[in-house]
Amino acid sequence: MQSLSEAFRAAFTLVIDLDPDLIEIVSLSFGITGASLLLATLVGLPFGASLALFRFPGRRPLIVIVNALMGLPPVVVGLVVYLALSRSGPLGGLGWLFTPKAMVVAQFVLITPIVAGLSRQVIEDLWEEYEEQLRSLGATAARALPTLLWDGRFRLVTTVLAGFGRAVGEVGAVIVVGGNIAHSTRVMTTAIALETSKGDLALALGLGLVLLALALGVNALAMLFRELGARVEG
Amino acid sequence: MGVTGVVVLVLCLLASTAGADAAKTIVVASTTSTVNSGLFDHILPIFHERTGIVVKPLAVGTGQAIRIARRGDADVLFVHDRQSEETFVAEGFGVERHEVMYNDFVIVGPSADPARVGGVSDVALALEQIARARAPFASRGDDSGTHKAELRLWKAAGVDPHPDSGTWYRETGSGQGATLNVAAGMSAYMLSDRGTWLNFKNRRDLRLLVEADARLRNVYGLVLVNPKRHPHVNAGAGQVFIDWLISEEGQEAIGSLELNGESLFTPSARPES
Amino acid sequence: MASILPLEFREVGFSAGGQALLRDLSIRFEAGAPSVVMGPNGAGKSLSLRIAHGLLAPTTGSVRWLGLDAPPNDPRVRHRQAMVFEQPVLLRRSAAANVDYALAVARVPRSERADRVAQALSRTGLARVADRRARVLSAGEQQRLSLARAWALEPEVLFLDEPTAALDPGATRAVEESIAAISESGTKIVMTTHDLGQARRLAGEILLLCKGRLVERAAAADFFESPESAEARSFLNGDLLWE
Repeated sequence: MQSLSEAFRAAFTLVIDLDPDLIEIVSLSFGITGASLLLATLVGLPFGASLALFRFPGRRPLIVIVNALMGLPPVVVGLVVYLALSRSGPLGGLGWLFTPKAMVVAQFVLITPIVAGLSRQVIEDLWEEYEEQLRSLGATAARALPTLLWDGRFRLVTTVLAGFGRAVGEVGAVIVVGGNIAHSTRVMTTAIALETSKGDLALALGLGLVLLALALGVNALAMLFRELGARVEG
Repeated sequence: MGVTGVVVLVLCLLASTAGADAAKTIVVASTTSTVNSGLFDHILPIFHERTGIVVKPLAVGTGQAIRIARRGDADVLFVHDRQSEETFVAEGFGVERHEVMYNDFVIVGPSADPARVGGVSDVALALEQIARARAPFASRGDDSGTHKAELRLWKAAGVDPHPDSGTWYRETGSGQGATLNVAAGMSAYMLSDRGTWLNFKNRRDLRLLVEADARLRNVYGLVLVNPKRHPHVNAGAGQVFIDWLISEEGQEAIGSLELNGESLFTPSARPES
Repeated sequence: MASILPLEFREVGFSAGGQALLRDLSIRFEAGAPSVVMGPNGAGKSLSLRIAHGLLAPTTGSVRWLGLDAPPNDPRVRHRQAMVFEQPVLLRRSAAANVDYALAVARVPRSERADRVAQALSRTGLARVADRRARVLSAGEQQRLSLARAWALEPEVLFLDEPTAALDPGATRAVEESIAAISESGTKIVMTTHDLGQARRLAGEILLLCKGRLVERAAAADFFESPESAEARSFLNGDLLWE
């Protein structure tokens, strides 16, 4: 396919030239996804673990809701966050709309259910394995929470990576709340959308290839850390 | 340890992007044609050097641009639907409308040209022929300035294509570029603005077939979002932008944007307006 | 400090899924030589231990630690008795870290923990694998680590549920040596096993459970040489293997 070879050539050229616009876009992509991922992990992991360990009224419906929210359509999230952050909306005073902050918020809303839902499953499986022994040692569910989070750290890395993948590759939410403004809120995915709308499919695909390569890099790094970690512990 | 590094990096990035001083920044709600044609890439650096003001343009459909401006999420409206712009002012959301430039629409279509509209000088007649031939036609269908212009032209042709929506008349509900991609993909006719068309790289077998009818003129207007309605609007900088665009220097900048020797937009600000 | 023993079961019954698994169990465990609970599969041995340790509550009747007059889930009792299960459950960290974790949960001050960990590991012959990942140790080493972990808590009573059922003879012997050592050091052992040889080696007294009831209780020598009940004779013959 002609477009595909042109795409590879475009991707290659962009990377070799260290195109400054490309670097800016990539940095912003990673910065925004990184920030939202960090926040989502800080909130989602303990929340998911709590959902696994504690019993309280409404727990079952809450699990169903969290699981359902994992499949939130990005464009819907974008719209809701837009309406919330709009000057005519409840949080308009913050002035975050069409800035990276709004994009972090939107991606946070997208990723947190994923982190919470997947970590709930991980911790639940671990609790099933450990509950009797840990209770025998005198640990309550609350005391066991950090223990299980640490014990399940490798599986939880996969959870976090799932969140990363979802965020770095989505366009529906960030384009609505960010506006795809050059040098301001343009990230890899919205740049791809722009080049597609300009009909420059080769460049769009090229950018897509760069994005894919970067995502591959992140996953490879995570795998490396996992190997190192396992080895260090003997 | 690795986590701390990421946190620091992320905070730095967010801090740096928080950058521009709010007083010297304006958000301009505009259409895909001004962005995709390269107009903003061309004139904004000149404006920034002149005034130090950072302009953040949003490329959305006219309808969406107006809704964004109504909500106070933009400082300036820069679209191409005179009626909507004047309503915007009349309803108190905008201060005053200024005409700034125009370009024209063209009808593009497959080189095979089943409806034989190539070279036809009467656009209404061309549309009538397309309807009669039931040749595929891709419409924006998204309430944009282009879409509204298209609907006016169908009316002039005495044809209502909507009952046939889904058959030969395809409403994509998308922006200019996306619809052009669709038209290219299904070898359909389409009404596009010239600037976007000239810049468009995925033409496949589409050709420019109909142009130059006076009814194809596409006029752009500027409106400052009313600070009385939305007090936080950066009216000062917004007005500077509008004044510059309709000034001699701004008009010259607009007119100087060319592609292959063709001017994409014709400056048309009147001294009084 | 007063001992938590004796441990008393008062007409304890336990039902699950419509089935009565323990009936009218009244037993008193005193300090002293190891008590070994035996019986066919499904007799309720593991169940009784879990109820004694406080992991399950009886459906009827009650369990009481008479030394403190407290039920099994009382916090004062929790860290003074420990349990080792048939399958060792170890955290994904080093052997030493696993023992340290148990001490941390028991709120043993950090300054004391390192010594107690080292001591527990050396007493069970695991000093050289202290820094290895617990999960890569052999089955026998893992079970000895479970023992070390329980021993480090310096419990007054140690429950063991079929501790060597999953081990080969060599590992079994090593674990039995540790159990004997723990008993020597003053901890009361209450364990279940289906290994008659093991019972002979370790028991001070035998309790025979059948169909959720206590059928016979005697000093080990008496039980093996002159069993009184028909079930005991049948069991020693190897005929009463499951319910």
